[in-house]
Amino acid sequence: MDDTPPPATHDLGGAPRFRCTPVDPDDEAPPDAFGKRVDAIRQILARKGLLTVDEMRRGIEALPEAEYHALGYYERWLRSISGIMAEKGVIGAEDLRP
Amino acid sequence: MAAPPTGDSIALLERFVAALAARGIVSEEEIATQIERTDRASPEIGARMVARAWTDPAYRALLLRDGTAAAEQMGVSMAGAPPLGVLEDSATLHHLVVCTLCSCYPRMVLGYPPHWYKSAAYRARAVRDPRGVLAEWGTVLPDGVGVRVVDSTADYRWMVLPQRPAGTEGWDETRLASIVTRDHLVGVALPSAA
Amino acid sequence: MTFQPGQPVRVKRDFPELRGPCHIRTPHYLRGLDGTIERPLGSFANPEDLAFARPAAKVPLYHVRFDQPSLFNEGAKGDTLLVEIFEHWLEAR
Repeated sequence: MDDTPPPATHDLGGAPRFRCTPVDPDDEAPPDAFGKRVDAIRQILARKGLLTVDEMRRGIEALPEAEYHALGYYERWLRSISGIMAEKGVIGAEDLRP
Repeated sequence: MAAPPTGDSIALLERFVAALAARGIVSEEEIATQIERTDRASPEIGARMVARAWTDPAYRALLLRDGTAAAEQMGVSMAGAPPLGVLEDSATLHHLVVCTLCSCYPRMVLGYPPHWYKSAAYRARAVRDPRGVLAEWGTVLPDGVGVRVVDSTADYRWMVLPQRPAGTEGWDETRLASIVTRDHLVGVALPSAA
Repeated sequence: MTFQPGQPVRVKRDFPELRGPCHIRTPHYLRGLDGTIERPLGSFANPEDLAFARPAAKVPLYHVRFDQPSLFNEGAKGDTLLVEIFEHWLEAR
Protein backbone atom coordinates (compact mmCIF):
# COMPACT_ATOMS: atom_id res chain seq x y z
CA MET A 1 0.00 0.00 0.00
CA ASP A 2 1.32 3.40 -0.95
CA ASP A 3 0.81 5.96 1.79
CA THR A 4 2.44 8.79 -0.18
CA PRO A 5 0.25 11.89 -0.04
CA PRO A 6 0.02 14.03 -3.18
CA PRO A 7 2.43 16.98 -3.37
CA ALA A 8 1.21 20.29 -1.98
CA THR A 9 -0.08 22.80 -4.53
CA HIS A 10 3.10 24.89 -4.57
CA ASP A 11 5.41 21.85 -4.68
CA LEU A 12 5.48 21.72 -8.48
CA GLY A 13 8.68 19.80 -9.33
CA GLY A 14 7.73 17.22 -11.96
CA ALA A 15 3.97 17.88 -11.62
CA PRO A 16 2.27 15.78 -14.35
CA ARG A 17 -0.46 18.42 -14.71
CA PHE A 18 2.03 20.80 -16.37
CA ARG A 19 4.09 18.19 -18.16
CA CYS A 20 2.83 19.21 -21.59
CA THR A 21 2.39 22.93 -20.91
CA PRO A 22 4.83 24.94 -23.01
CA VAL A 23 7.12 27.50 -21.41
CA ASP A 24 7.01 30.74 -23.36
CA PRO A 25 10.45 32.37 -23.45
CA ASP A 26 8.90 35.66 -24.58
CA ASP A 27 6.57 35.82 -21.58
CA GLU A 28 8.51 38.46 -19.69
CA ALA A 29 5.65 40.35 -18.04
CA PRO A 30 7.74 42.61 -15.81
CA PRO A 31 5.91 43.66 -12.66
CA ASP A 32 3.34 46.45 -13.02
CA ALA A 33 2.85 49.21 -10.45
CA PHE A 34 0.80 46.84 -8.28
CA GLY A 35 3.51 44.17 -8.28
CA LYS A 36 6.28 46.64 -7.55
CA ARG A 37 4.33 48.06 -4.62
CA VAL A 38 3.72 44.64 -3.09
CA ASP A 39 7.34 43.70 -3.63
CA ALA A 40 8.57 46.91 -2.00
CA ILE A 41 6.34 46.40 1.05
CA ARG A 42 7.66 42.86 1.43
CA GLN A 43 11.24 44.10 1.45
CA ILE A 44 10.54 46.90 3.91
CA LEU A 45 8.71 44.58 6.33
CA ALA A 46 11.56 42.06 6.08
CA ARG A 47 14.16 44.72 6.79
CA LYS A 48 12.20 45.86 9.84
CA GLY A 49 12.19 42.31 11.19
CA LEU A 50 8.42 41.95 10.86
CA LEU A 51 8.40 39.28 8.15
CA THR A 52 10.67 36.42 7.09
CA VAL A 53 10.65 34.97 3.60
CA ASP A 54 9.60 31.66 5.12
CA GLU A 55 6.57 33.24 6.77
CA MET A 56 5.59 34.69 3.42
CA ARG A 57 6.09 31.35 1.70
CA ARG A 58 4.02 29.60 4.35
CA GLY A 59 1.18 32.07 3.72
CA ILE A 60 1.36 31.45 -0.03
CA GLU A 61 1.43 27.69 0.49
CA ALA A 62 -1.73 27.93 2.59
CA LEU A 63 -3.75 29.32 -0.34
CA PRO A 64 -6.37 26.89 -1.68
CA GLU A 65 -5.26 25.29 -4.96
CA ALA A 66 -7.80 27.07 -7.18
CA GLU A 67 -6.82 30.43 -5.72
CA TYR A 68 -3.10 29.65 -5.97
CA HIS A 69 -3.34 29.11 -9.72
CA ALA A 70 -5.95 31.82 -10.39
CA LEU A 71 -4.15 34.65 -8.59
CA GLY A 72 -1.27 36.55 -10.14
CA TYR A 73 2.18 36.17 -8.63
CA TYR A 74 2.16 39.39 -6.62
CA GLU A 75 -1.50 38.90 -5.72
CA ARG A 76 -0.45 35.70 -3.93
CA TRP A 77 2.25 37.64 -2.15
CA LEU A 78 -0.24 40.29 -1.05
CA ARG A 79 -2.72 37.71 0.28
CA SER A 80 0.07 36.07 2.24
CA ILE A 81 1.83 39.15 3.59
CA SER A 82 -1.31 41.02 4.61
CA GLY A 83 -2.70 37.87 6.27
CA ILE A 84 0.51 37.29 8.20
CA MET A 85 0.71 40.90 9.36
CA ALA A 86 -2.86 40.55 10.70
CA GLU A 87 -2.07 37.15 12.25
CA LYS A 88 0.92 38.66 14.08
CA GLY A 89 -1.05 41.68 15.23
CA VAL A 90 1.13 44.13 13.32
CA ILE A 91 -2.14 45.43 11.87
CA GLY A 92 -5.71 44.54 12.81
CA ALA A 93 -7.60 41.84 10.92
CA GLU A 94 -10.41 44.39 10.56
CA ASP A 95 -8.05 46.71 8.67
CA LEU A 96 -8.15 44.36 5.71
CA ARG A 97 -11.91 43.95 5.50
CA PRO A 98 -13.84 45.95 2.90
CA MET B 1 0.51 35.25 -19.41
CA ALA B 2 0.29 37.46 -16.38
CA ALA B 3 -3.21 38.85 -15.92
CA PRO B 4 -3.61 42.29 -14.34
CA PRO B 5 -4.52 42.26 -10.64
CA THR B 6 -8.21 42.02 -9.85
CA GLY B 7 -10.14 44.95 -8.41
CA ASP B 8 -10.32 43.00 -5.15
CA SER B 9 -6.54 42.74 -5.02
CA ILE B 10 -6.03 46.43 -5.75
CA ALA B 11 -8.51 47.33 -3.01
CA LEU B 12 -6.83 44.93 -0.57
CA LEU B 13 -3.43 46.46 -1.31
CA GLU B 14 -4.69 49.97 -0.63
CA ARG B 15 -6.34 48.90 2.65
CA PHE B 16 -3.11 47.14 3.64
CA VAL B 17 -0.95 50.17 2.80
CA ALA B 18 -3.34 52.46 4.68
CA ALA B 19 -3.21 50.21 7.77
CA LEU B 20 0.60 50.05 7.70
CA ALA B 21 0.82 53.83 7.25
CA ALA B 22 -1.72 54.56 10.00
CA ARG B 23 0.36 52.51 12.43
CA GLY B 24 3.58 54.16 11.36
CA ILE B 25 5.05 50.92 10.01
CA VAL B 26 5.52 51.69 6.32
CA SER B 27 5.11 55.07 4.61
CA GLU B 28 4.39 55.88 0.96
CA GLU B 29 7.78 57.55 0.82
CA GLU B 30 9.54 54.38 1.97
CA ILE B 31 7.66 52.39 -0.66
CA ALA B 32 8.70 54.80 -3.41
CA THR B 33 12.35 54.71 -2.28
CA GLN B 34 12.29 50.93 -2.15
CA ILE B 35 10.82 50.60 -5.65
CA GLU B 36 13.48 52.95 -6.98
CA ARG B 37 16.21 50.86 -5.37
CA THR B 38 14.77 47.54 -6.59
CA ASP B 39 14.40 48.90 -10.14
CA ARG B 40 18.14 49.53 -10.26
CA ALA B 41 18.97 45.80 -10.22
CA SER B 42 19.10 44.28 -13.70
CA PRO B 43 20.78 41.43 -15.60
CA GLU B 44 23.45 43.91 -16.69
CA ILE B 45 25.00 43.49 -13.24
CA GLY B 46 25.23 39.72 -13.60
CA ALA B 47 26.56 40.14 -17.15
CA ARG B 48 29.33 42.45 -15.92
CA MET B 49 30.28 39.91 -13.25
CA VAL B 50 30.51 37.15 -15.86
CA ALA B 51 32.55 39.30 -18.26
CA ARG B 52 34.96 40.13 -15.50
CA ALA B 53 35.27 36.47 -14.48
CA TRP B 54 36.12 35.64 -18.11
CA THR B 55 39.00 38.10 -18.13
CA ASP B 56 40.25 38.12 -14.54
CA PRO B 57 41.17 34.73 -12.98
CA ALA B 58 41.30 36.16 -9.46
CA TYR B 59 37.78 37.57 -9.81
CA ARG B 60 36.56 34.28 -11.28
CA ALA B 61 37.94 32.43 -8.23
CA LEU B 62 36.20 34.89 -5.90
CA LEU B 63 32.93 34.64 -7.84
CA LEU B 64 32.87 30.86 -7.50
CA ARG B 65 33.98 30.88 -3.86
CA ASP B 66 31.80 33.73 -2.60
CA GLY B 67 29.26 35.18 -5.04
CA THR B 68 28.09 37.69 -2.44
CA ALA B 69 31.58 39.18 -2.05
CA ALA B 70 32.01 39.21 -5.82
CA ALA B 71 28.75 41.13 -6.23
CA GLU B 72 29.79 43.60 -3.51
CA GLN B 73 33.01 44.15 -5.41
CA MET B 74 30.94 45.26 -8.40
CA GLY B 75 29.25 47.86 -6.21
CA VAL B 76 26.07 45.88 -5.43
CA SER B 77 24.83 46.21 -1.86
CA MET B 78 24.16 42.67 -0.68
CA ALA B 79 23.27 43.60 2.91
CA GLY B 80 20.20 41.67 3.98
CA ALA B 81 20.12 39.72 0.72
CA PRO B 82 20.37 35.93 0.61
CA PRO B 83 23.84 34.57 -0.21
CA LEU B 84 24.64 34.39 -3.92
CA GLY B 85 26.05 31.13 -5.25
CA VAL B 86 27.61 30.86 -8.70
CA LEU B 87 27.89 27.60 -10.63
CA GLU B 88 30.41 27.30 -13.43
CA ASP B 89 29.65 25.62 -16.72
CA SER B 90 32.41 23.55 -18.30
CA ALA B 91 33.06 21.75 -21.57
CA THR B 92 31.10 18.78 -20.17
CA LEU B 93 28.55 20.34 -17.81
CA HIS B 94 25.76 22.92 -18.19
CA HIS B 95 23.67 24.31 -15.31
CA LEU B 96 19.97 25.19 -15.46
CA VAL B 97 18.43 27.02 -12.48
CA VAL B 98 14.82 26.60 -11.33
CA CYS B 99 12.89 26.95 -8.08
CA THR B 100 10.22 24.25 -7.97
CA LEU B 101 8.78 25.32 -4.60
CA CYS B 102 8.38 29.06 -5.23
CA SER B 103 10.51 31.27 -7.45
CA CYS B 104 13.84 31.96 -5.73
CA TYR B 105 15.91 34.09 -8.07
CA PRO B 106 19.15 36.10 -7.68
CA ARG B 107 17.30 39.41 -7.86
CA MET B 108 20.20 41.46 -6.53
CA VAL B 109 22.20 40.75 -9.69
CA LEU B 110 19.42 39.95 -12.20
CA GLY B 111 16.52 42.20 -11.18
CA TYR B 112 12.90 41.07 -11.17
CA PRO B 113 12.36 37.50 -12.41
CA PRO B 114 10.63 37.14 -15.78
CA HIS B 115 7.13 35.71 -15.76
CA TRP B 116 8.12 32.41 -17.37
CA TYR B 117 10.57 31.69 -14.53
CA LYS B 118 7.67 31.89 -12.08
CA SER B 119 5.28 29.87 -14.26
CA ALA B 120 3.97 26.50 -13.14
CA ALA B 121 5.14 24.93 -16.43
CA TYR B 122 8.77 25.99 -15.99
CA ARG B 123 8.81 24.97 -12.33
CA ALA B 124 7.21 21.60 -13.04
CA ARG B 125 9.17 20.67 -16.16
CA ALA B 126 12.73 21.89 -15.54
CA VAL B 127 13.50 19.00 -13.17
CA ARG B 128 11.59 16.43 -15.22
CA ASP B 129 12.53 17.24 -18.82
CA PRO B 130 15.34 19.80 -18.70
CA ARG B 131 16.41 19.30 -22.30
CA GLY B 132 12.82 19.75 -23.43
CA VAL B 133 12.70 23.05 -21.55
CA LEU B 134 16.01 24.15 -23.10
CA ALA B 135 14.54 23.34 -26.52
CA GLU B 136 11.83 25.96 -25.94
CA TRP B 137 14.67 28.48 -26.17
CA GLY B 138 16.13 26.67 -29.15
CA THR B 139 19.03 25.66 -26.93
CA VAL B 140 20.68 22.40 -27.95
CA LEU B 141 23.81 21.43 -26.05
CA PRO B 142 26.84 20.10 -27.87
CA ASP B 143 27.39 16.35 -27.65
CA GLY B 144 29.04 15.28 -24.44
CA VAL B 145 27.62 18.11 -22.33
CA GLY B 146 25.56 16.95 -19.37
CA VAL B 147 22.75 19.00 -17.88
CA ARG B 148 22.81 19.77 -14.18
CA VAL B 149 19.48 21.14 -13.02
CA VAL B 150 19.78 23.30 -9.91
CA ASP B 151 16.58 23.34 -7.83
CA SER B 152 16.88 26.42 -5.66
CA THR B 153 15.12 25.25 -2.52
CA ALA B 154 16.67 27.01 0.43
CA ASP B 155 18.86 29.92 1.45
CA TYR B 156 21.04 30.52 -1.62
CA ARG B 157 20.20 32.25 -4.85
CA TRP B 158 22.00 30.71 -7.84
CA MET B 159 23.50 32.20 -10.96
CA VAL B 160 25.26 30.40 -13.81
CA LEU B 161 28.75 31.32 -15.01
CA PRO B 162 28.55 30.27 -18.67
CA GLN B 163 31.55 29.30 -20.75
CA ARG B 164 33.16 32.10 -22.70
CA PRO B 165 32.11 31.57 -26.31
CA ALA B 166 34.59 31.02 -29.11
CA GLY B 167 35.26 34.05 -31.28
CA THR B 168 35.55 36.49 -28.37
CA GLU B 169 39.34 36.38 -28.12
CA GLY B 170 40.78 39.80 -27.33
CA TRP B 171 37.40 41.34 -26.41
CA ASP B 172 37.35 43.75 -23.47
CA GLU B 173 35.02 43.41 -20.49
CA THR B 174 32.43 45.85 -21.82
CA ARG B 175 32.12 44.04 -25.12
CA LEU B 176 31.97 40.66 -23.40
CA ALA B 177 29.25 41.88 -21.02
CA SER B 178 27.19 43.04 -24.01
CA ILE B 179 26.65 39.45 -25.22
CA VAL B 180 25.56 38.06 -21.84
CA THR B 181 21.83 38.10 -21.13
CA ARG B 182 19.54 37.10 -18.30
CA ASP B 183 18.74 33.82 -20.09
CA HIS B 184 22.43 32.84 -20.00
CA LEU B 185 22.65 33.57 -16.30
CA VAL B 186 19.64 31.32 -15.56
CA GLY B 187 20.98 28.70 -17.96
CA VAL B 188 18.16 28.43 -20.50
CA ALA B 189 20.45 29.64 -23.29
CA LEU B 190 24.16 29.86 -24.12
CA PRO B 191 26.02 33.05 -25.05
CA SER B 192 27.60 33.32 -28.48
CA ALA B 193 29.90 35.81 -30.17
CA ALA B 194 27.42 36.55 -32.95
CA MET C 1 29.01 18.84 10.13
CA THR C 2 27.79 15.29 9.72
CA PHE C 3 28.22 14.62 6.01
CA GLN C 4 31.28 14.89 3.78
CA PRO C 5 31.49 15.62 0.05
CA GLY C 6 31.05 12.41 -1.95
CA GLN C 7 29.13 10.67 0.80
CA PRO C 8 26.04 8.70 -0.28
CA VAL C 9 22.87 9.87 1.45
CA ARG C 10 19.15 9.28 1.31
CA VAL C 11 16.46 11.92 1.64
CA LYS C 12 14.10 10.92 4.42
CA ARG C 13 10.84 9.49 3.20
CA ASP C 14 8.76 11.69 5.45
CA PHE C 15 5.57 13.61 4.78
CA PRO C 16 5.05 16.22 7.52
CA GLU C 17 2.18 17.52 5.37
CA LEU C 18 0.14 14.65 6.84
CA ARG C 19 0.69 15.87 10.39
CA GLY C 20 -0.69 19.38 10.10
CA PRO C 21 0.33 22.86 8.96
CA CYS C 22 3.98 22.98 8.03
CA HIS C 23 6.50 24.65 5.74
CA ILE C 24 9.19 22.45 4.24
CA ARG C 25 11.93 23.10 1.71
CA THR C 26 12.51 19.47 0.75
CA PRO C 27 10.64 18.92 -2.52
CA HIS C 28 8.11 16.10 -2.54
CA TYR C 29 9.71 14.50 -5.62
CA LEU C 30 12.95 13.83 -3.71
CA ARG C 31 11.55 12.17 -0.58
CA GLY C 32 13.07 8.75 -0.08
CA LEU C 33 15.55 9.09 -2.96
CA ASP C 34 19.28 8.41 -2.97
CA GLY C 35 21.79 11.15 -3.66
CA THR C 36 25.38 12.14 -3.03
CA ILE C 37 26.70 15.05 -0.98
CA GLU C 38 28.25 17.59 -3.37
CA ARG C 39 29.40 20.08 -0.73
CA PRO C 40 28.36 21.73 2.53
CA LEU C 41 26.80 25.19 2.14
CA GLY C 42 27.01 26.48 5.70
CA SER C 43 24.32 26.59 8.38
CA PHE C 44 21.03 28.46 8.22
CA ALA C 45 18.09 29.01 10.55
CA ASN C 46 15.58 26.21 10.13
CA PRO C 47 12.88 27.48 7.73
CA GLU C 48 10.37 25.05 9.24
CA ASP C 49 10.45 27.18 12.41
CA LEU C 50 11.07 30.56 10.79
CA ALA C 51 7.85 30.14 8.83
CA PHE C 52 5.87 30.17 12.08
CA ALA C 53 7.98 32.85 13.80
CA ARG C 54 9.29 30.25 16.26
CA PRO C 55 12.87 30.33 17.57
CA ALA C 56 14.87 28.68 14.79
CA ALA C 57 18.12 26.77 15.37
CA LYS C 58 20.77 26.85 12.68
CA VAL C 59 20.94 23.65 10.65
CA PRO C 60 23.71 22.59 8.26
CA LEU C 61 22.69 22.85 4.62
CA TYR C 62 24.17 20.72 1.83
CA HIS C 63 24.18 20.69 -1.92
CA VAL C 64 23.08 17.16 -2.76
CA ARG C 65 23.44 15.65 -6.24
CA PHE C 66 20.94 13.23 -7.76
CA ASP C 67 20.71 11.24 -10.98
CA GLN C 68 18.16 13.21 -13.04
CA PRO C 69 16.65 10.57 -15.38
CA SER C 70 15.75 8.26 -12.49
CA LEU C 71 13.59 10.96 -10.83
CA PHE C 72 10.70 10.60 -13.28
CA ASN C 73 12.06 7.97 -15.67
CA GLU C 74 12.58 10.77 -18.15
CA GLY C 75 15.55 12.74 -19.37
CA ALA C 76 18.99 11.95 -20.72
CA LYS C 77 21.44 9.49 -19.26
CA GLY C 78 24.15 11.17 -17.20
CA ASP C 79 22.16 14.35 -16.47
CA THR C 80 22.09 15.39 -12.83
CA LEU C 81 20.19 17.51 -10.33
CA LEU C 82 21.63 19.64 -7.54
CA VAL C 83 19.41 20.61 -4.60
CA GLU C 84 19.92 22.37 -1.25
CA ILE C 85 18.77 20.04 1.53
CA PHE C 86 18.93 20.57 5.27
CA GLU C 87 20.78 18.01 7.37
CA HIS C 88 17.76 16.84 9.33
CA TRP C 89 16.24 15.60 6.05
CA LEU C 90 19.25 13.42 5.23
CA GLU C 91 20.39 10.01 6.42
CA ALA C 92 23.58 8.08 5.62
CA ARG C 93 23.24 5.03 3.42
